[in-house]
Amino acid sequence: MSLRRKLLRAIAVVIAALFAGCDSSEAVPTLTWHINPDNGTQAKLAAQCTALAEGRYRIRTALLPRDSTAQREQLVRRLAAADAGIDLMSLDVPYLAEFANARFLRRFGDAERDLLVQGMLDGPLASAVWEDGLYGVPFNANTQLLWVRKRVAREAVLDLREQLTWLQVIEAAERTNTTVHIQARRYEGYTVLINSLIASAGGSILQNPQAGKDAVPALNSPAGEAAARVIQRLAGSAAAPAGMGNADEGVTQARFRGEDAGFMINWPFVYTAERGTPLEEDFGWSRWPAVAAGIPSRPPLGGINLAIGAFSRHPDFAVEAVACITAPASQKQYMLGEGLLATLESVYDDAEIQASFPMAKLLRDSLADAAPRPITPYYPDITTAIQTIWHPPDTVDAGTPAASARFIADVLGGRKLL
Amino acid sequence: MAAVPESRGRGRFGGRPPGRGLSEQRLGWYLCAPAVVLMLAVTVYPMLQALWLSLQSYRITDPDARRFVGLDNYVLILSDSLWWQNVGVTVLITVITVAVELVLGLALALVMHRVIFGRGVVRTAILIPYGIITVVSAYAWMYAFSIDSGFVNSWLGLTNYDFFSQFGSSIFVICLSEIWKTTPFMSLLLLAGLAQVPEELQEAARVDGATAWQRLWKVTLPNMKAAIMVALLFRTLDAYRIFDNVFVMTGGAHGTETVSLLAYRQMISRTAVGLGSAVSVLLFLTVVLIAVLFIKGFGTDLSRARGER
Repeated sequence: MSLRRKLLRAIAVVIAALFAGCDSSEAVPTLTWHINPDNGTQAKLAAQCTALAEGRYRIRTALLPRDSTAQREQLVRRLAAADAGIDLMSLDVPYLAEFANARFLRRFGDAERDLLVQGMLDGPLASAVWEDGLYGVPFNANTQLLWVRKRVAREAVLDLREQLTWLQVIEAAERTNTTVHIQARRYEGYTVLINSLIASAGGSILQNPQAGKDAVPALNSPAGEAAARVIQRLAGSAAAPAGMGNADEGVTQARFRGEDAGFMINWPFVYTAERGTPLEEDFGWSRWPAVAAGIPSRPPLGGINLAIGAFSRHPDFAVEAVACITAPASQKQYMLGEGLLATLESVYDDAEIQASFPMAKLLRDSLADAAPRPITPYYPDITTAIQTIWHPPDTVDAGTPAASARFIADVLGGRKLL
Repeated sequence: MAAVPESRGRGRFGGRPPGRGLSEQRLGWYLCAPAVVLMLAVTVYPMLQALWLSLQSYRITDPDARRFVGLDNYVLILSDSLWWQNVGVTVLITVITVAVELVLGLALALVMHRVIFGRGVVRTAILIPYGIITVVSAYAWMYAFSIDSGFVNSWLGLTNYDFFSQFGSSIFVICLSEIWKTTPFMSLLLLAGLAQVPEELQEAARVDGATAWQRLWKVTLPNMKAAIMVALLFRTLDAYRIFDNVFVMTGGAHGTETVSLLAYRQMISRTAVGLGSAVSVLLFLTVVLIAVLFIKGFGTDLSRARGER
């Protein structure tokens, strides 16, 4: 046999094997789970739940973009085209209302609901509900802490166990010639910060978020002005790092390793990432800073809901898969693997979790008091409008909240471009 | 050699009977019909669809609120300062990049035209940036200028300067990246024009004692006017639709948003399909206007530049 014929035969065998592979996989329904990028734990859970299904269905993961806004854009585009290839999706919490309102998500039945959300924390659960219907099951939650270089805290004589205020933090950084790192790039993370600042001052962005297009802005208030004062104070301070207006989570995480770093607000993944490094010793934490002395802060609420695509061909298996992926054991595994928080109360009492997360109690308390971003189908407009007016941070002043309130009203009313 | 097929062709088609000519014409139409249908399907249909959508208030994620609003979207856009600000930024970027590219492109074209040794290597080296995907080049330039991973700051001795924190320096980097990426295209078009300048004219000018500078201005440039105009037209149309660099580097922050980015945000981010289509239609009309101005105003003859005359 000539080399050429051998090669042709080999190719034919490979092609035949490929088709055979297709055949056998078609026999078992395959669920496609669109996941946000993580360190691989969602893929592991998919494999484990596939094994538990004992051949009745399989779960395949498909990766979404890294950026939350880009994840939404891809899912919206696909679902608007009635893509049956989206069985499960890991949906960032602020977008659930929009997706549910657009009939992109399968609503869970009452019996399913009782079964799936037992023992869930209230905050995350509220983000999965739209107009009394359950459209997602909280899979993980997230909140931010104030991360502090212990050396700096000692020098500034700060007690990290207490509720600090933004003013205390900024002044401490000024005294110690260190920097305060926040996420102030023109992106979703900046809205997360602004929303928590306003909520911590006792206000909110919208009066009636559920009204959608007719919602009335509420940030032209003393609370909104207090929030603006915090950003103005920091932006004009020596404690503001260079390029603050371009910093996202990753950039602040990297700069917090620098010599001049003192304080940073960020999600707990920054702590998980530092385990076993020389920095771990110097890595302290405290509750998200308050805006007004004496009033506890309302930390950010993030996280992922597991939702089922409205056009899925296997909704029953998808519900089963959701139950498997959000089960206590899965959530514990996810928290240990990714540093993202469980949405089931019981997980926090686990000894292994408490050993791995020395701040587990603070995280759960922060989650309980966390302020969700406005739950409205028009959230993408709200967040972009806020980012547009509040960015760059060094232009924020007393007039910013009122200006953004006017702009939100104009955009929702179709009187302004965004 | 060249005369043989020509004379044969004339003999075959020169005195054709009218009936046969008609049937051949029909055959011609049949043969190109699939291509015409395909063109209509992929260009005219989406354009009409966009036009129709632009007359509606329609959001993909709020299908119940869809309604016909006539020209409201256009009125909204044209009366909004954001549109005009974006147009201003886009024009600024277009003027800067096209002007710089013309000068640089001409210089590179002269190099490519005159080089004797290693012609292939020189031409390839000059063309490499054009072969790089725009998003990739945008990221490369962004990382080069970024405050934490960039090397430009340490070259210039700027320790803590953030290029993407204000309008001027952001536009500077955006334009720099655009110029680096597309100057080769400009020089390629100009090189084609240079090749058309008759060598005899150059020699005559040299005999008359003209300097190299005089030959460039009095002989070379006037003779490649058509090529220059086509190069300017193509690059202006391209530059006006700039998207990738701005999207990657600033995302439109600090007032650097361009018209394409505005269309993207209305259409994709807000899923406001009606408003987004209206912005796209306006963008399209602007591009048509630029093309018409070039062709009418400057008398650009496309066929001449392609050597068809």
